[in-house]
Amino acid sequence: MKTVYLDHAATSWPKPPEVSEAMVKFLEEVGANPGRSAHRRSIEAARVVYGAREAVAELFGVDDPARVVFTLNLTEALNLALRGLLKPGDHVITSGLEHNAVMRPLRALEASGVAVTLAPHTEEGDLDLARLEKAIGPDTKLIVLNHASNVSGVLQDLSGVGEIARAHGLLFLVDSAQTAGCLPLEMTANGIDLLAFTGHKSMMGPLGTGGLVIGPRVDLERFEPLVRGGTGSRSESEEQPVFLPDRYESGTPNAVGLAGLEAGVRWVLRQKVETIRQHGIDLTTRLLDGLRHVPELVVLGGGEAMARVPTVSWQLPGLLVSDAGWRLDEDHGVLCRVGLHCAPAAHRTLGTFPEGSVRWSMGPFLEPGDIDHALAAIDTLARKMR
Amino acid sequence: MSDPNQSVVLVYSTSHAIRIERLLKADQTPCKLIPVPRHLSSDCGICVRFANEDRSTVELLLEQTGIEVEGIKPM
Repeated sequence: MKTVYLDHAATSWPKPPEVSEAMVKFLEEVGANPGRSAHRRSIEAARVVYGAREAVAELFGVDDPARVVFTLNLTEALNLALRGLLKPGDHVITSGLEHNAVMRPLRALEASGVAVTLAPHTEEGDLDLARLEKAIGPDTKLIVLNHASNVSGVLQDLSGVGEIARAHGLLFLVDSAQTAGCLPLEMTANGIDLLAFTGHKSMMGPLGTGGLVIGPRVDLERFEPLVRGGTGSRSESEEQPVFLPDRYESGTPNAVGLAGLEAGVRWVLRQKVETIRQHGIDLTTRLLDGLRHVPELVVLGGGEAMARVPTVSWQLPGLLVSDAGWRLDEDHGVLCRVGLHCAPAAHRTLGTFPEGSVRWSMGPFLEPGDIDHALAAIDTLARKMR
Repeated sequence: MSDPNQSVVLVYSTSHAIRIERLLKADQTPCKLIPVPRHLSSDCGICVRFANEDRSTVELLLEQTGIEVEGIKPM
């Protein structure tokens, strides 16, 4: 059976072949612990990790690769930023379209005395910037926002929020899970102070890679690390260093994963993000056009392909999303994710809580024929329902 | 292993050492990453060794890029 992988919002697959080649090369030819010892293999391992830092910095238009801090994944990067920056008495603003990677740390911080405001969306589904700005008070320290919803795929107005953050002297933290690598994303142009990224989605690296890019407006002295320990630097001191990236990178890093991440990001840079973006728009347009031919089907969130990442969530009234996902896999080889997508807040905002949705998310190696295969599958499902 | 013809850039982070190495290599200024000599620092990491005659090139590069270093010391 032909299979069509439509779960790129969870992780991209397949990866460019260079990714596994770089990982095998690291394991077989380098292998040592980066930046710990000073022999040739350890230094070569440090060069590999630095190469990944350089590639990520280039992707986001950052001058100094040391500003790229690697973490296990984007969730850890968000936890680092939120827990490291916010103290009891502080106020933070977010949107109603966030993933639990933002909401759960925020709810835990709320219990310890951090005030949390969810900025509302307009009837049209856009973030209400005027009301967001009105929510800013004397204790507000940070705005945290995803660039695109992992549920609906709809983009949020980063530069608009970035301007507001600047005007009020607030830090701006962005969750780029759904956009980094498939949409042009520059830190400075969007007024971003902290950019949390995942390596294994559109940046095409392996699972277990992610990080946080830390901008120059962030005061490192007042930004606590999540984890403290050995950094291979300043070994004479029992205090955590203050400089980047070591302050936030204790313990042995996932160097084999980062070898793969560099290869993935280099592949993205060679293809050009704009080309990948256009491919995503083309596939999404084809998908949205096709879905319109199934009259019962409801697509979550407004917006044409230009206003989205290549992710579309839908419901077919009368069909449980779990049944839809199962039939799509078993009968049609269409692999996707159904349910709440770890984002109950977003589903509440979109009016689809608790039933959830079927999410089809696309990647750079998919072709128009794959979309047609998925559309034929949904057509069959809908016919059976009638 | 002291060497009167060589100096080292002592850095805070391994990442900085690698960055300096890349920039110097791109500039065709010979350099080598070596363990930090114990008589210069108790740090267990690496530093960038270069020939004394290239000192002004190295200093200019550090100034232009804004890379903060612990210092430059003769070996």
